[in-house]
Amino acid sequence: MTAPERPDPDALLARVAEEETQARRGRLKLFFGAAPGVGKTYTMLEAARASRAEGVDVVAGVVETHGRPETERLLDALDVLPRRSVEYHGTTLQEFDLDAALARRPGLILVDELAHTNAPGSRHTKRWQDVEELLAAGISVSTTLNVQHIESLNDVVAQITGVVVRETIPDAVFERADEVELVDISAEVLIERLRDGKVYVPEQAARALERFFRKGNLIALRELALRRTAERVEAQMRGYREAHGIERTWPAGERILVCIGPNPASARLIRAGRRMASALHADWLVLHVQSSRQRLSTADRDALTVNLRLAEQLGARTVTLSADDVVPEILAYARGQNVSRIIAGKPTHPHWRDRLTGSLLDKLIRGSREIDVYVITGEVAEGTPVRRERPPLSTGAYLGAAGVVAAAAAVGLAVRAWVSTTDIAMLFLLAVMVAAARYGTRPSVLASALGIAVFDFCFVPPYYTFAVAHAGYLFTFVVMLVVALLISRLAARIRGQADAAREREQHTAALYALSRRLAAARDAQELAAALSTQVRETFGAPGTVLLPDEHGDLQPAAAANDGALSEAALGVARWVLGHQQPAGTGTDTLPGADALYLPLTASNRTVGVLRVATRDPRRARDPIERQLLEAIADQAGVALERADLVRRSERARLEIEAERLRTALLSSLSHDLRTPLGAIEGAASTLLESGTAIDAASRRDLLASVLDESRRMGRLIGNLLEMVKVESGLVEVRKEWQPLEEVVGIALLRLDAQLAGREIHTHLPGDLPLVPIDGLLIEQVLINLLDNAVKYTPPGAPIDIDAELGDGALLVEVADRGPGIPRGEEERVFQKFTRLADRAAPGGAGLGLAICRGIVAAHGGRIWVEPRPGGGARFRFSLPIEGPAPPPPPTDEAEAVPHTPTTA
Amino acid sequence: MTTPAAVILLIEDEPQMRRFLRAGLGAQDYDLVEAETGREGLTQAAGRRPDVVLLDLGLPDTDGLEVIRRLREWSPVPIIVISARGREQDKITALDLGADDYLTKPFSVGELLARVRVALRHARRAADGTDQPVFEVGGLRVDLARREVAVRDAPVHLTPTEYKLLAVLVRFAGRVVTHRQLLKEVWGLSATTQAHYLRVYMAQLRHKLEADPARPSYLLTEPGVGYRLRDE
Repeated sequence: MTAPERPDPDALLARVAEEETQARRGRLKLFFGAAPGVGKTYTMLEAARASRAEGVDVVAGVVETHGRPETERLLDALDVLPRRSVEYHGTTLQEFDLDAALARRPGLILVDELAHTNAPGSRHTKRWQDVEELLAAGISVSTTLNVQHIESLNDVVAQITGVVVRETIPDAVFERADEVELVDISAEVLIERLRDGKVYVPEQAARALERFFRKGNLIALRELALRRTAERVEAQMRGYREAHGIERTWPAGERILVCIGPNPASARLIRAGRRMASALHADWLVLHVQSSRQRLSTADRDALTVNLRLAEQLGARTVTLSADDVVPEILAYARGQNVSRIIAGKPTHPHWRDRLTGSLLDKLIRGSREIDVYVITGEVAEGTPVRRERPPLSTGAYLGAAGVVAAAAAVGLAVRAWVSTTDIAMLFLLAVMVAAARYGTRPSVLASALGIAVFDFCFVPPYYTFAVAHAGYLFTFVVMLVVALLISRLAARIRGQADAAREREQHTAALYALSRRLAAARDAQELAAALSTQVRETFGAPGTVLLPDEHGDLQPAAAANDGALSEAALGVARWVLGHQQPAGTGTDTLPGADALYLPLTASNRTVGVLRVATRDPRRARDPIERQLLEAIADQAGVALERADLVRRSERARLEIEAERLRTALLSSLSHDLRTPLGAIEGAASTLLESGTAIDAASRRDLLASVLDESRRMGRLIGNLLEMVKVESGLVEVRKEWQPLEEVVGIALLRLDAQLAGREIHTHLPGDLPLVPIDGLLIEQVLINLLDNAVKYTPPGAPIDIDAELGDGALLVEVADRGPGIPRGEEERVFQKFTRLADRAAPGGAGLGLAICRGIVAAHGGRIWVEPRPGGGARFRFSLPIEGPAPPPPPTDEAEAVPHTPTTA
Repeated sequence: MTTPAAVILLIEDEPQMRRFLRAGLGAQDYDLVEAETGREGLTQAAGRRPDVVLLDLGLPDTDGLEVIRRLREWSPVPIIVISARGREQDKITALDLGADDYLTKPFSVGELLARVRVALRHARRAADGTDQPVFEVGGLRVDLARREVAVRDAPVHLTPTEYKLLAVLVRFAGRVVTHRQLLKEVWGLSATTQAHYLRVYMAQLRHKLEADPARPSYLLTEPGVGYRLRDE
């Protein structure tokens, strides 16, 4: 046995180095300041110059000098990447050219103003996303940032300065920075610089900035910046301790849950949650519970999406649940997630409503038990009212409601003579109920009013006036109205629940259908087809699945129904695959793309991309639809991974099998080659060393064994070479029309020695025509079959060779009277290196039948073994007879050779 | 043997092969001349005028096939190729170039000696200019002068083509005759690709001459190369 293959250390090293390069993320250095004008850009450029002096390849990607001469001078010394011109509403914007930067691959790139918002049509909406991509590509980035641009500090800054900053970056970007350099000057110096005109102030923003640059503001901002930096330093210290196992500094399990709704005030709750979470170093969740009694209007859905996305950007895990009763659901979820603190908003609605319907907050606090509840002001600066669903005024619904009342009146008039007035009132309540169930709240209110009016007019004496004969009827009307309104409200709620239930039902059904389809799919392509069908059915938009091929290139799955994708679409899909983030319609990345692209994520990697061809950003952003889509994508991702794993494990199994075969080959070969070699060497050395000491007979014996063993080895080597030929496809079948008899003849001649003493019966029909075969190869097949027959049957047992012409095929049979092939082994014997366990074959490597199979297959035929009636095995093979037979040889001349008896 | 020992030129680069052949042929009273390269072999062939040349095809300096071509330019000396190249095409090429016989390594010394004997016999006959009018092997008797064929004294009726084919084999008895050579001799140049003519007639011949056509004892097949008529 040889030692297992050892990997080449150099190759290993090269691979490790390569992996490191791939995995290496660029370093992000932030020049962080309290306000514009503190000198961040200048400091960044100075640092860049120093890096360049150290030999780093520095490129200025985007640097805003704002016309400051000192800064411009510093920039002049650097390579500046040309900007990209973007046409937008008639003006030309100069934007950072991300692709050029990626292509240029500098060691360090300067990208000023991290919080910048890119011009529409750029790959990412925000510059920080560009920076993320540069870092992911292994390019280090230096950038600048002011404290007011940090998302979680956004509202604090707005409170301090009264200026709402729109351009923000997620806290995570700040926290992930490898280095943060605080560029700090005192408020006095900054104001002085502002006065000296050293701080850039655009004309239109001058007044706002004036307000901004008040001393009080600047001091507060400076404090914020210093504190944020200090927090970061502390976090680093903690990280260091953690990494070095010095001490666990906080108990695990602190978890914060923020309850939000579509109300814009929720953003405040989210930011507060984020601050609390980072102060406590806690995990945090943002939860929205959708009441099934109430459907959200489209505007509310959009607002909710904005809030949920804000939460995600701030690093929260967001969850949307649906329940009949909101508070118990929140509490159940919180307990299930081991939440220790809940953050909820102060109510914004008038107090009387709580009196009427009960306060959610109150219920939450009472039910919270061991969980702390923090109630935070939901004060809304813009004073946006909370939007409620206002169903569109549908005249049809009102007419319908009126119709129902009219019908009730008609019935009432028909039966007025026989029933009491109270029964008629009941009839109208029924009408209100029907209207509420069919047309919703408002039409049913109309029905209530109408119903009472008609009841009064037609059924309360005196008839056909609104006058009332009896004051008691007024009481009836009031009771009727209250009952009618209650009914309409209840009925509408039931309807709402039914609607919500239907929506949930649809989603569940969609997921169920998908899981059934996925379960039925056998491979990635079928999974992809199932997924596109599901997306089309659920969203009415064509879905395409893109899967990476062996080279990692994304290709639309074979089942893609909408033809080839544009190069641009493939580009977006590749981005999604590489970054494991959604892109396209309704996202922040390439929102102008032609579709929504979702990553199909499995346990830890992206296995493909789902393209949903919708250009409607609202639809793509809708949390419920999006959630369903993502659930579908998740399920599909897992299924795809499963398919991939199955494929891999199958491949691994095959490799193990191949490995097993190789091992078998090695052991078989070493045995089969060494045995004869041993005999040869032994005999030869004996003869050489004690040649004359042994008698002539023994010498002959030794020599004969040398000869026999060499021949045996020769046969084995011949078989091996033949096997290699068959295996590597080198076997070239050269079919020639020839009589089978000749081929059989050669085979028998070759085995003359082995066949001695055996009866060989060849039954070849006399009329057997020429057959198109490769004589040499078929001879090999016959030799192997005969050789096996000789080896595995008792000496002297007869062997029969038969041939017949079947349906377009030649059928050849080699049959013996040996022990036969055990049932169940009929296939296995044709595998290479297979020998039947119970038979010690003299010197067989288990290759013969495998070679036969290879040769017969190369002829387009089939070989198999079956038990022979009366005992023994019969190996049969069929060879197709294809193509036209060659023209017969020219006929002989009439004259014959004289055959008179010799006179001798 | 009373005649002076036949000279055999062995052109072979492998010392182990040369050692084995030196022993095997020396024991039979042949005069062995050895050459390690093709060039040396050609020089020796010109100088020593061997009766038989044993030629290995894989030589260090020139290809064995080239040696055959060069030898055949001036000498009819029988050439027996001994080679590890087992492909039929190699054999056919060598035979068509003018080699008289072909042995694939490994072979036994007995086999080689038989081939050498055949080669010497043919050479002698060619030199004497006396073709034996009657050929006999085992129970087969072919009288070329009278165009009579008999098996175990029973006359056999052959068609003219069958006879022609047999006669060619008799002429080269003991040596391999390639398909191409046989086709050319019997059917003419235009038929050299119609190998199945040959097979059809060979099968017919065997049915007439052999006791068991599937296990022929006279008309032997050299698989993929041609046929040989057994002569001893």
